[in-house]
Amino acid sequence: MPTRKELLDMQFIDARARVIDVAAFLDRIDRHPGDGEEPRLKALRRALPILLSDSPGRAKAVLEALSDTSDVMPESAAFQGATGAPPASEPA
Amino acid sequence: MSYIEPHAHMVSRTTDDYEKLALAGCEALCEPAFWAGFDRSSPQAFHDYFRQLTEVEPARAAKFAIRHFCWLCINPKEADDPGFAREVMTLLPDFLDKPNVLGIGEIGLNKNTRNELAIFEEHVQLALDRGLPVLIHTPHLEDKLKGTRIMLDSLANFSGLDPSMVIIDHVEEHTVRMVLDAGHWAGMTLYPESKCTPSRAIDILETEGLERIWMNSACDWGVSDPLAVPRCMLEMKRRGYSRETIRKVAFDNPRDFLSASTNFNLDI
Ligand SMILES: [Zn+2]
Repeated sequence: MPTRKELLDMQFIDARARVIDVAAFLDRIDRHPGDGEEPRLKALRRALPILLSDSPGRAKAVLEALSDTSDVMPESAAFQGATGAPPASEPA
Repeated sequence: MSYIEPHAHMVSRTTDDYEKLALAGCEALCEPAFWAGFDRSSPQAFHDYFRQLTEVEPARAAKFAIRHFCWLCINPKEADDPGFAREVMTLLPDFLDKPNVLGIGEIGLNKNTRNELAIFEEHVQLALDRGLPVLIHTPHLEDKLKGTRIMLDSLANFSGLDPSMVIIDHVEEHTVRMVLDAGHWAGMTLYPESKCTPSRAIDILETEGLERIWMNSACDWGVSDPLAVPRCMLEMKRRGYSRETIRKVAFDNPRDFLSASTNFNLDI
């Protein structure tokens, strides 16, 4: 098993780049016209504070924050594909 | 190092990819029936597709000394039209006895609809009737958690179903534990943009253990990497895992699950 330092040596630059990418993505969204209440953006903002948690299971918690937690089961699909965030009708 | 690619859609890949897989150590690969990226216009199109999976791809793979196996079904996305899906299912008995067919898959849910669930359950019953293992696709992105729960509940209602005959694929951190707790196998798909990265897949092995779990590339017509499994094996090596542990996850585990099918053997 690598030590914490060895893991940092292996992966810190990659994690750093991903955080900067998310920050730049949010800046980019702000600069462009459109609906600020877009459900995907809301879901992402809801997920970001999870990164600051002190407890393990952050990846699981982020995935749950970006999941459809409704109980409804339609007869057939209203649309195909997935957006990556829960439907707009879910509470933020 | 030798490995098994337990989930790859080679109908969407080039012959060069077969060569790369062989060079990377792939001994055998398994191809579940899936959505082609567009809806087929008739059930008959599936007849051609099932021939491709049972005749054409095994021959392509054999040129590179790779054993090719497949799973048959109508995929969850095209199962939302139950009339169409049942017509396709009438084709299955003619193909299930072909020598490279492992079982029923990849069935599952796509948008978590009642139509999809009905066809899912009819497939599970077919597998039970024939004593075949089952490979299950879980939905994408925001639909995965809900779809996984629905299918686990549904599977629990099949008395006589041995949970260890079922692998639930594309698990992530929020679904893997419930799948393993139900007694099923879990598959981790290594995708560049969605599902698991190699680092996260290794984290899951560290937190959830090495039993009843495999990893695959699920390479297809979308953004995917046929060499994802050997890349993850390399990452395991960098993170200090022994040869034995890497072999267990990349070779022994898939071999053990796939051996539930009498058609699975690794002799060329
Ligand atoms: Zn697939």
